[in-house]
This record gives sequence, C-alpha cells and structure tokens, in this order.
Amino acid sequence: MPAIVVLVKHVPDTWSQKTLEADHTLDRVNVDSVIDEINEFAMEQALQLRDAHPDAGYRVIALTMGPAGADETLRKALAMGADDAVHVLDDALAGSDLLGTTWALTNAINTVAATEEVALIVAGNASSDGAMGALPGILAEYRQIPALTGVRSVTLDGQTVTAVRDTAAGRHELTAQLPAIVSVTDKAPKPRFPNFKGLMAAKKHEITVLDTAAIGVAAGQVGLAHAATAVTASTERPARTAGDVIGGADGVAAAAQVADYLAAEKFL
Amino acid sequence: MSTVYVLVEHDGSQVSPVTAELITAARPLGEVTAVVVGVPGVTAALAPELAAAGATTIVAAEAADVAERLILPQVDALHTLAATTPGPIVVAADATGNEIAGRLAARLASGVLCDVVGINPDRTATQSVFGDQIQVSAAVGGACPIYSVRPGAVEAAPVAGACTLSTLAVPAATAKDVTVTGFTPAVRGSRPDLPAAKVVIAAGRGIGSAEDMALAEELADALGGAVGVTRDIVDLDYYDGAYQIGQTGVTVSPDLYIGLGVSGAIQHTSGMQTAKKIVVINNDEDAPIFQIADLGVVGDLHEVVPALIAEINARK
Repeated sequence: MPAIVVLVKHVPDTWSQKTLEADHTLDRVNVDSVIDEINEFAMEQALQLRDAHPDAGYRVIALTMGPAGADETLRKALAMGADDAVHVLDDALAGSDLLGTTWALTNAINTVAATEEVALIVAGNASSDGAMGALPGILAEYRQIPALTGVRSVTLDGQTVTAVRDTAAGRHELTAQLPAIVSVTDKAPKPRFPNFKGLMAAKKHEITVLDTAAIGVAAGQVGLAHAATAVTASTERPARTAGDVIGGADGVAAAAQVADYLAAEKFL
Repeated sequence: MSTVYVLVEHDGSQVSPVTAELITAARPLGEVTAVVVGVPGVTAALAPELAAAGATTIVAAEAADVAERLILPQVDALHTLAATTPGPIVVAADATGNEIAGRLAARLASGVLCDVVGINPDRTATQSVFGDQIQVSAAVGGACPIYSVRPGAVEAAPVAGACTLSTLAVPAATAKDVTVTGFTPAVRGSRPDLPAAKVVIAAGRGIGSAEDMALAEELADALGGAVGVTRDIVDLDYYDGAYQIGQTGVTVSPDLYIGLGVSGAIQHTSGMQTAKKIVVINNDEDAPIFQIADLGVVGDLHEVVPALIAEINARK
C-alpha cells in the first residue's frame, strides 16, 4: 500500500506572542502549542487525494519531529483521518537548524519507506514559527525527487501529479511524476473538522515513536551545537505607546481632526 | 577580494527593484557577481542596469528551457558558480528565493539565513522576527553562506563601475524538475504593491460588507496608498487573499497605516506593527488596536471615512 506522508509540526499558537529562551532558541515551554494551521491544509489535501483514489490504496501517515508534547499534533492529524502517525522524539534534536531538521525527517521517511512505498510527501508551504518555507525544497534535494511548492490545488492521475502555484509573479501550472513532494498554501481546500469518531479513535491509536538511533541519524548531525546557523544576540522591540483617542460621534468633526493629523505628519 | 553572488530578480525584460537592494546588501561581503538566469538574450537587456547598481561581474546563465522549469535553473547556476569559486550567496526573500536559498544550503553544505534585514562584513546578519517583535543577530557557517534579504529592508545605493560579462551553461532538466505547463503573469494593479507601500489602508471585520471595501479603496486612492485586509476579511470572501496582512500573509512597514474596523488581534498586528504612524477607526473602544495607535477614533467608519476622503480631497 503506497503511503502519503504528511509533515506536521507542533508550534506556539499564532494568537499568542512568541519569545526566545536565554540561549536564543524559541521558547516552546511557556506557551500554548497547537498543530500548525497550515498542516491542517496539508492533511486535508492528503486525505482528499487518498479518498479520490481508493483503488491506489494510499495510506496517510502523519510525521512530526518535536518535543514530547508534539504527540498532541499527531493526535489531531489522526482525528482528521490519518491512518498512522510517527513521532521523531529525541533530546539530541533540540535546537536543530533547517538542514539538521530536514536530515532527521528524511531519515524518518526512509523508515516508513522500508515497509511501504512513499509516493507523495505533503507539507505546508512554511511553518508559522521558523517561517523560512525552505524545508520542502531541501527534502527534495535529499530525496532527489521533484517538489511542487506553494500550491493551491493538487491532482493525481496515476503516477502524474499536477498542481497550481500562485506567487506574486503569477500563476504557474506544474506537473511532475511520483514520487514527489508537494507543499500547500492556505488557499488549498479548507481543512475538515474531526468528527467524534475520529477524535475517539485518535486517542487510542498507537503512535510510532522513533529516536535518532532508530532513524539512523548520528548525534553529530543534529541539535543546537551542530547547527550551521546560530543566533548570538536578541533584543525585544520597545512596546508602542498609545496616542490620542478622539470620539467619533460626529463623523465629520472627527474626520477633520484626522485630516489635521495627517497634514501635520506631512501625509497630505 | 572575495566574491559574493547575487541572484538577479527580473521579469524577462526588466530588473526588479529588489535587485539593487540585494546588490547593496551584498557589497559588505565582497565584489558582487550578479547572476541572471533566463531565456537566451535576457542578460543583454539587463546588463546596463546591473552595472549601474554595482555589479562587478554579470553572469548570463541562459537556456531555452528555463521557461518550462522552476527554481532548479537558478539553484543549478548558483551551485555551479559557488562550487567552483566559493563565496556567499544573496537572494531575495520571497517564497521562491527562500526555496532557492535552502536548496543551495543543502548542496553547498553551508548555512542559510532567511529574511535578513542587513548583512555585515563579518558575514553575520540581522533578522527581525516574530512580526518584528524581536531583533536578532545571527551567525552562519560554511564556505558559501546563503542569505535571503527582505525586500524593502535595505535601501539601494547604486555604485556604478566597470563590469565584465561572462556566460554559464545551465545544466539540462532532469527527472527532479517540475515542468511548467502554463504561466499567467499576475495582473499589476494601479495601486502600490502592498509589501513596499508607504501608505496602507487596512480593512477589518468592522468594514461590514464586501461592497464597503470601496471605502478602503477610495481612501487608499486619496492618499496614493495600497489596500490591505485582515484574515477575517479573506475568510468572509470580501477581498482577495493576496491582500491579507498578518501572520499568514504580507508584512507591511509603511510610513502610514490606517486601520478601518480592525480589532488588533496579533494575527494581524504582527504584520503591521512597525508602521511609523498608526491611525485607527473602530467603534469598539476596547479593541486592542487602540493600544498601538498613534491616533485612534472611536466611531463609525462608515461616517468618518467618507468625510475623511472629502477632507483630504478638499485640501489637495
């Protein structure tokens, strides 16, 4: 049964403020974490592809690399309808940079590929915490397969995958052969809400947990100490202070005051 | 003198404004080699402008099939150059540029810093993260560190000089390429591009209807600005997602931001909180946006905005 692997990530809630620890890594402890919203779009896309091709027998496998609490995100993916979930969990991975993270993930995908063919890898176009949007492309480099990135729609026809990519430059229609990587934007089909049955099943589903030894990654290839980049200093921007607030009950008078302000600030 | 590679942004006939910024940002690292990847003939058209911006060398990496490929021609060209003569690489920070940067990092076994706002001669860089809430200094290793630079962060400072031109053969497409079967260029609107706009009028849930987006548009036109929206507006289908400002969407840093019916949730404010002046109109006095506004009006935007447009036009 071929697999569609979906990359998911447990991230600080985007409705809260992110902060840095003393070692300048992201504080993942003192903040509520959730499944990165873009991953819900990736999961939805994978589920739709699986369900559109019942004869192919695709199994959707959610994969994450993250600290202990990240299994919550895998449970969310399972609740949506993932067939299986894999958690790469190892203290040695903390503080990994982009290359280290992608290296760990590609080796984890290889453990899945040992028992079932990985036809497609679906990711979000960028995480909301790291926000580089570069991981899917690097995964393509490591796996030597094509990547259709930043897409709003994906279709499969046998071994051919086609997608539509929108950027500021315009709209590209893309095609490639499986195995391939796809990264979706939030313009892709809206994620489904898990139903009660899904939530209950997710609670009981066994998640495969792998450490660096299990995925064949050496400690020297990952982690903060072996990263190719390092944050050496950080300063928080001083908070803005509130200025004047005027009552707008008289819309015309208020408008005149705003226009005066704009003129004083040389915007008119 | 060391070489720093800059990937030229262009649309086939013109150099994009960000390229001059990239060349300026790259100069502390060495002599700039500007790399043009495109179909045959493109580089000749762009060369004069690149020389004027400060490139010491221009490399023409041209091939007929570049139009049917995406990203890999740029990666292949820069990889070939940097593998032969190692040096840092500077690209624009957007979805395409960041992907190119990451792929190069993998190929050249070097680190990558995305969305930097400045590069120092010692190869460290500055980043402004979490909605510009925190400024960080970052170091990056490897023989060919890669930087993607935030458009608008570095002011272009052209330094014209003599410039030599060379060519580079682009490796042919392989099974790792995607094939581009169609491309429709984005329609350029009449208003300024949102990310670089000096004036931004943003509409939030309080705008009330898709029809009333016309108020935001008229105000934008009166001030020569761009229109932006919050996530709510996009979810309600009042306006296209391309204009969304915030955590997922565009980050703006205008001289003037006017928020209409915007509540000020972090989803949105993380995309605009470095605006020099913030003016807001909202009929909810408890809306968090008032805490970061330089001038706030507690009132009905449907009354204030038409009057404001009239005032602005009267004063012109």
